Amino acid sequence: MAKNVKIYSTPTCPWCIRAKDFLKENNIEFQNLDVSSDQLAADEMVKKSGQMGVPVLDIEGEIIVGFDKERIKLALGL
Amino acid sequence: MQIYDLIIIGAGPAGITACVYAARQKLNFLVITIDIGGQAALSGDIENYTGYQFITGPELTQKFQEHIRKYDITLRENENVIQVKKFGKNISVKTNKGNYWAKSVIIASGKKSKELGVSGEAEFKNRGLTYCAICDGPLFRGKDVAVIGGGNSALDAALQLVKIAKYVYIINNTGNLGGDTIMRQRLVQADNVAILNNSQITAILGNKFVNAIRIKTNGVEKELAVSGMFVEIGLIPNSEFVERIQKNKKGEIKVNINNQTNILGIFAAGDVTDVPEKQIIVAAGEGSKAALSVFHYLSKRKL
Repeated sequence: MAKNVKIYSTPTCPWCIRAKDFLKENNIEFQNLDVSSDQLAADEMVKKSGQMGVPVLDIEGEIIVGFDKERIKLALGL
Repeated sequence: MQIYDLIIIGAGPAGITACVYAARQKLNFLVITIDIGGQAALSGDIENYTGYQFITGPELTQKFQEHIRKYDITLRENENVIQVKKFGKNISVKTNKGNYWAKSVIIASGKKSKELGVSGEAEFKNRGLTYCAICDGPLFRGKDVAVIGGGNSALDAALQLVKIAKYVYIINNTGNLGGDTIMRQRLVQADNVAILNNSQITAILGNKFVNAIRIKTNGVEKELAVSGMFVEIGLIPNSEFVERIQKNKKGEIKVNINNQTNILGIFAAGDVTDVPEKQIIVAAGEGSKAALSVFHYLSKRKL
């Protein structure tokens, strides 16, 4: 079953782009939340991760800060 | 045991360009890198890379990636080199994930941000304190922020931030801003920026997240209320993992005009070296030179 994946990102951040590319390459569906234009999403990200750096991934409730490929793979069961 | 012709360490402008040249020479090589694009990926507007009158750092990085995807390249990303050491004729490259061998190495590991060394720095990292304006800048929309530094990267960060933040303080520890004239001129035209020269940051204050910084200007201390601070006080070379290599006082690897280091078979290119100018286009050119030098070295070297 497909996992619920959210990514909190900004359009310009290189790690966000890489993280999104990685998800696309692996055919993972995800919801992208642009924290530069969506204040609610930005607040939600800070609350969930306790910090302000992007990207933040929420994979079925598991919060991963940064493009941590290994952890992302593990959380997705890749 | 597999012995590669070449291992390229780093995938910024120097590493990527070396990669393109090595691929075209059909070398059997490997690229080991933490990220793609290096510092270039974190740059804002780039207006001095020939062929592009205007391109952003992330866009240029995208172009670099498209370029290397044309070739069949083994790229090991998110991998950190711990040690490079020559044993006999070959070179061992040890990473956090494995151990590799090659006949030659190009070190193109670039530079990383220097840290401030003031109290609160570790505590507030990513909690208002960041080293990457292009990544985290948009989170400070409508807020007051400070940029620490006075060179080109500080100006670049400030120019990105004046478009986003409510107010930008530049904390510069010298008498005047450095950097490109054109960038300085653009910055003084912004109406939401204050340049504080002769100023040092002495502490970062906050409660879970940054809410102020303490600065000292000409001996006088005061607090500035900011919710974000961007550290751009210069860079240090990622050169600590190579044994017995000659470096200058800044820690930059010494290379000759052919990008050779003092160790036969180990080459270096770009910002990690003592090449006089640190520019994207210079790094790219140096990467190309290094790959061609490797090619000549390998053709002369007996198997």
